[in-house]
Amino acid sequence: MVGRPEPSPGLLRRLDDIARAAFPATGTVLLMVLAAGPSGVPALVPAVTLPCIIFWSIFRPGAMPPPAVFLLGLLQDLLTMAPLGIGVVTLLVAHGLAVAWRRFLVRQSFMFVWLAFCAFSAGTAALGWLLTALLAWNLPAPAPALHQAALSAGLYPAFAFVLSRIHGVMRRAEETP
Amino acid sequence: MIRLSIPLRQALARLSLPVLIAVAFGTMLLGKADALLAERARIALADALAPFYAAFAEPAHAVREAVADLQQLLVLREENARLREENERLRRWQAAALALETENALLRRQLDFVPERAPAFHTARVVADGGGVYARAVLLSIPADMQVRRGQIALDERGFAGRVTEVGTRSARVLLATDMNSRIPVTLEGSRVRAMLVGTNGARPRLQHWSEGGRPAEGARVVTSAEGVAFPAGLPVGVVRWTEGGVAEVELFARTDRLDVVRLFDFGLGGILPPEAIARPEPRGRR
Repeated sequence: MVGRPEPSPGLLRRLDDIARAAFPATGTVLLMVLAAGPSGVPALVPAVTLPCIIFWSIFRPGAMPPPAVFLLGLLQDLLTMAPLGIGVVTLLVAHGLAVAWRRFLVRQSFMFVWLAFCAFSAGTAALGWLLTALLAWNLPAPAPALHQAALSAGLYPAFAFVLSRIHGVMRRAEETP
Repeated sequence: MIRLSIPLRQALARLSLPVLIAVAFGTMLLGKADALLAERARIALADALAPFYAAFAEPAHAVREAVADLQQLLVLREENARLREENERLRRWQAAALALETENALLRRQLDFVPERAPAFHTARVVADGGGVYARAVLLSIPADMQVRRGQIALDERGFAGRVTEVGTRSARVLLATDMNSRIPVTLEGSRVRAMLVGTNGARPRLQHWSEGGRPAEGARVVTSAEGVAFPAGLPVGVVRWTEGGVAEVELFARTDRLDVVRLFDFGLGGILPPEAIARPEPRGRR
């Protein structure tokens, strides 16, 4: 009987690993595209991107490398009508800081991480506002930046709830050989 | 895959973030220098995502509708309460109106008041607009057994439309209030200020010559005035609208641009009639 050869367990394992490694970035892309299009609220895009990137940078930095963050930032800039590059810079800076402090943050309680995230979102919004001001050489209204910071800070617990479940599942899958 | 030594790889990993940040600044400057590039990239991305969005449009629409329904349900209670309260208030007003009507009837009896008789009217169909001497006029088709004379007043179902100016055996022409030749004495209902309604051939005739200090208020109701004995007092004409240029205009109640049927009232008033364009005898009674 002619049939396909059984895929080797090694291939399955490798596919599994690839899926696991690719999930954070692709999931974030999907969420961003969903937020940009059908939701009808374009301000949601940066508010969705930041929690995902910070969460994965803290808890699984291997799956959220700087190039992925760069591409996500570029996608955010293209999806929102922001000047090109500002999202990239702010997200890369946030990612760098999150990775640098991750050893400390991983051990903290959820509340503390949320507080830290609030600081991250405020800092990101401030940096974005500053860069916009520098680029356009006049002061933009601060209200949208504040709004965006508050929105992403408020959305973080929901994201953290779902993503930490997924992260737990991934860890269990990695531990059982 | 190029094999690299571990320290080199580590160094590269450590370097990648600063390098990428530098590249990001470069992107920023590039986007600033060449705005067209960013625009083109955005359009390309939107093109690529379009089928995806199209696939999601239907469920997203459903979700949005469900949310809107939910919001409506939430305010339903409030709306209901408001309507109930309004109903209650209107009922009180109705009671007040009924009481006033009774009182009015009583007082009229006391005064031996002679009421105006309800005016007789005929309904005629509009068969053509425009034509004739005037720019804003309509032609009515008159049944053979109907008595129409010049100076009769035409109202549509909402309010004052115009005046009969020419009468034939089977037709009559009504000069609309919007025509440039139309001059109608009016009263502002609230302040009782007299004014002149002057047609401009536009949709809204102007209000002119009001008495000193009686500036018409925006939204005030305008009714006909009996001055000049051409019109009875109190026919509804329209409401005052101020233009941005500071001209008082009247938004007519009557839809003069789409008249189908008008009522011709005979109040028995002559007033100032337009000169006969064509000498034509006034129609007498049926032979």
